[in-house]
Amino acid sequence: MAEAAHRYDETMPLEYRTQESRLNILGFWIFLGAEVALFATLFATYLVLFQRTGSGPTAKELFEVKDVLIETLLLLTSSFTCGLAVFEMRRNRLSGLLTWLLVTLLLGAGFITFEIREFIHYVHEGATMQTSAFLSSFFVLVGTHGAHVSLGIGWMILIIIQILQRGLTPRTARKVFIVSLYWHFLDVVWIFIFTLVYLTGMVI
Amino acid sequence: MKHGKQRGRKWFSWLPLSLLLLLSGCSENIVVLNPKGPVAKEQYDLIMWSIGFMLFIIVVVFALFAAVLIRYREKPENADYEPPDEEGNTLLEIVWTAIPVIIVAALAIPTVKSTFALEKPPRHDVKPLTIHVTSANWKWIFSYPEQNIETVNYVNIPEDVPVKFKLTSAGPMNSFWVPELGGQKYAMDGMETQLILQADHPGSYMGRSANFSGKQFAHMEFEVVAQTQDEFDKWVKEVQQTAPKLNKEKYGEILKPGLVGRMTFSNTHLEWVDHAKQNSHHGDDEKRNDRHGDMESDHYEH
Amino acid sequence: MKWSEFFVTGEPLIYAADVAIVLTIIGIVFVLTYFKKWKWLWDEWLTTVDHKKIGIMYIICAVLMLFRGGVDALLMRAQLTVPNMKFLDAQHYNEIFTTHGTIMILFMAMPFLIGLMNIVVPLQIGARDVAFPYLNALSFWLFFFGALLFNISFVIGGSPDAGWTAYFPLASNEFSPGVGNNYYAVALQISGIGTLMTGINFLVTILKMRAPGMTLMRMPMFTWTVLITSVLIIFAFPVFTVALALMTFDRLFGTQFFSMANGGMSMLWANLFWIWGHPEVYIVILPSFGIFSEIVSTFARKRLFGYKAMVGSIVGIAFLSFIVWVHHFFTMGAGPAVNSFFSITTMAIAIPTGVKVFNWLFTLRKGKIRLTTAMLWSLAFIPNFVIGGVTGVMLAMAAADYQYHNSYFLIAHFHYVLIAGTVFACFAGIHYWYPKMFGHLLNEHLGKWAFWLFMIGFNICFFPMYFLGLMGMTRRMYTYAAGLGWTPLNVVATIGAVLMGIGFIVFCYNIYYSARYGERDMTGDPWDGRTLEWATASPPAHYNFPVVPEVTDLDAYWAMKKNGSGYEVKEEQLEPIHMPSNSGRPFLISIAFFFAGFGLVFKWFTLAIIAAIFIILGLILRSFDDDDGYYISVDEIKRTERLARKGA
Repeated sequence: MAEAAHRYDETMPLEYRTQESRLNILGFWIFLGAEVALFATLFATYLVLFQRTGSGPTAKELFEVKDVLIETLLLLTSSFTCGLAVFEMRRNRLSGLLTWLLVTLLLGAGFITFEIREFIHYVHEGATMQTSAFLSSFFVLVGTHGAHVSLGIGWMILIIIQILQRGLTPRTARKVFIVSLYWHFLDVVWIFIFTLVYLTGMVI
Repeated sequence: MKHGKQRGRKWFSWLPLSLLLLLSGCSENIVVLNPKGPVAKEQYDLIMWSIGFMLFIIVVVFALFAAVLIRYREKPENADYEPPDEEGNTLLEIVWTAIPVIIVAALAIPTVKSTFALEKPPRHDVKPLTIHVTSANWKWIFSYPEQNIETVNYVNIPEDVPVKFKLTSAGPMNSFWVPELGGQKYAMDGMETQLILQADHPGSYMGRSANFSGKQFAHMEFEVVAQTQDEFDKWVKEVQQTAPKLNKEKYGEILKPGLVGRMTFSNTHLEWVDHAKQNSHHGDDEKRNDRHGDMESDHYEH
Repeated sequence: MKWSEFFVTGEPLIYAADVAIVLTIIGIVFVLTYFKKWKWLWDEWLTTVDHKKIGIMYIICAVLMLFRGGVDALLMRAQLTVPNMKFLDAQHYNEIFTTHGTIMILFMAMPFLIGLMNIVVPLQIGARDVAFPYLNALSFWLFFFGALLFNISFVIGGSPDAGWTAYFPLASNEFSPGVGNNYYAVALQISGIGTLMTGINFLVTILKMRAPGMTLMRMPMFTWTVLITSVLIIFAFPVFTVALALMTFDRLFGTQFFSMANGGMSMLWANLFWIWGHPEVYIVILPSFGIFSEIVSTFARKRLFGYKAMVGSIVGIAFLSFIVWVHHFFTMGAGPAVNSFFSITTMAIAIPTGVKVFNWLFTLRKGKIRLTTAMLWSLAFIPNFVIGGVTGVMLAMAAADYQYHNSYFLIAHFHYVLIAGTVFACFAGIHYWYPKMFGHLLNEHLGKWAFWLFMIGFNICFFPMYFLGLMGMTRRMYTYAAGLGWTPLNVVATIGAVLMGIGFIVFCYNIYYSARYGERDMTGDPWDGRTLEWATASPPAHYNFPVVPEVTDLDAYWAMKKNGSGYEVKEEQLEPIHMPSNSGRPFLISIAFFFAGFGLVFKWFTLAIIAAIFIILGLILRSFDDDDGYYISVDEIKRTERLARKGA
């Protein structure tokens, strides 16, 4: 760490200026690599088990296009607004940053709301995670993604509070940047879920 | 420290071991190295082939190691010696990469050949005998579908006839292993694996489970008895005529965890259940969906 | 829940253990209070973020776990010495071999190596600490409390008993009722999170914090192995995270991932476990290779032969380690094509490994070999590991493996590679870096006794097992019948195990003896070392280097010494040094993890949720924490350096 952590580089964007920030951002990218391995395992599990429905319902019987499309729209839009937030941050416009961060968070909350409603709907239909291997893997894969999104929402709230308290500093800028990486990553994972879980399930 | 004594002690530690090698090598007890059937023989040949190469590697490495240690040990005589600044030697790197590649190839080719060959019966002029094997805690159940008889914890087979064992399990994974006749394969719930074995001569061969399946796993032994074709046919007929019938209740009793000893029946459980074709608790949903799982305290039995 | 389900009852040995645990706790509390050391403990150890101290804590835990795992082994050997022995019944034997395997790999080998990584790597690259010191502390405490959770299982609730591989359906609720395997799923999960963080930490540290002039190809070999191991950790551990989570769900919430009903697939567990499990064994062997490279080079007084090839081979091994996992279950009926593919990839791993062995031999050749204890361990590794390695190639041949699988042949193989590989490396490493850790050397005479006893005992114990396997003895049998001809070799194996135990005791005595009478390391460079850690004091100052060194060559410190000056610092060069602050939060968050885990194990979900809230609280506090560390003044640096030099 040492004095290197404060090797300040004025030429870089705010979030990259301190050595500590650069280390944190690299560390987070690597963490995302581990997350890729994690989700890859969950996907592999799903793909191995999704046709093993036992006496329970199949994907075709369960999934409905409308819900999934709404969730996708909400999450993808939130990824866009997250990009807008970082855009505003680069232009040092605090109010813009906060606004778009808030919108992102709300869209994310909307996504979670619809997802919870979807899960509850399935449970009411008798399709719980105990029903079959397909449903176990579905709920754990999609649920893990949802848990990650929920954590991201909480994290964004914390960051918004910190920005309100301390303004835009190299440190807070870094935090915004990292949570945006996280958010975009979850969006990419959702695209895979949408394709491999919902679309495939509704077709096969 | 006396370096000479140290070296001597190093060699010493290998003396009892080489003795071991010598003594045990002659023993009939080393069943894997005393094959009693063509499958085990094929595996034995592969093992011997590999041992040859491995011994070669060991000799080379050990010799180099000993030579280097003896020659370049720090002694009062070479106290002033400063080792050269050697970065490496590309040619050597190529050599000691290429030779292992060749050795691996020499091992891989017969391995792949044998791996494929073992999936088929060792002889094609005789119709194989099919026996379904079901492992359950902690016993082995053998079902002869063509003869419509069933045995528990022992299996009779005719000599010189390939036997197709169709393996499955009514519980945890076990592994069907008769080392004198050949290698093993897992028996798993909801699945069927196939293992082909053949005995050259009549005799009694020890079988056991090679995959840990719980408390009494160590007692999951079974006997494979190879008989002449005549004796085998006679035995089958005798069983068909005199052995009791197996029904669902009795079968349920047998499946309960525990050791049961030997049994013989004149029908098979395949009439009502084949554990290979379905998860063993198919339709048994309530018990499985035990979310509030009370603590089952039969964990400690003394 | 009944008391007898919570506490393990009915066993005199367990009651004795209960008493021992309570007495130990009382003893520790008493000593700390009497000597007024509570504040010291908190300030210096529980809240430290210093990689050197964290490393020492890892190693202390590892040695304790080596003791526990070793006792497990001796109990097993006692039970198996003669047929039909009644020393341990099946249930106890099954719990003991399960905890033996789990502890040795996850709570002994991993922390020992991670401990050495922590102490050595920042010093070797000329850094002041790792990239994320706070995370480093959290990694350790998560490991610690995960290990603690696993270890109390044998007195509270019962230990897991389905093997360290915990195959389903055996590890499901139906066949393993009770909490034992819940401990497995939860405790390993907690420790695993710590390990994953360590992987990320060291990857960033090595990539970004090397001293100026230290290009990747000028890094010490140990650092290279740690770099590659970190990549392995990052890609392999998430697989285990998922597998354990799915196991937790099956056991606690009734899902059907690995069940025998409703579409569950037990084979999936085996696959997921080994997709992690195989890279895991390379995670414990690659740093070991790195340790041997350092020691062989230092005590042959010669640079490592074929540096580039050594780096290439580590990368090759790491890559291959991800595509061999099916060799752990060739016999699961995957079919000849799949088995053949994995046979070939598995045999292929032997090639880069062989390259390394030859490079070590040629490092020794034309060197001047000094037989210190560390060097003895490293030298003994070569022939012993090769025996394990060639039997690995034999096992890789699928058709032959049908006879070896799950037999004592397999046990002999993996103990040969793990003990001669990893355990020897741990002993070698601790003897080598001990002066750097504590400022005094371990006694050479005692060290050599421990070495010979352990190494000879190891061969006597495990070599016969190759033959026992070929005689048809399978692993995990709690007893065996008479008349099979297995008894003589089992007797021999037990004798060997006892020798190993004695060797370990001598090693422990060495630690005590050297603490009292050990030779002090006055120069910081007791072995005439080649790498940068030997340029610091023993033990190093808190900040490691007063001035970050400039590196001009491989074997950086050797080059500095050859060019005359060694590592010299002019007082004009000194600048204030920035250091991270201590924090108690990693310790406290990990305690919360312990209680959350405990709650999950016993299905006391209220406790688990409350503890989880505390974890989140800890994370929130961390987020708001803008503590930026502190500066060590130039005056203080001067004082520290002068004191260190005075001792020289």
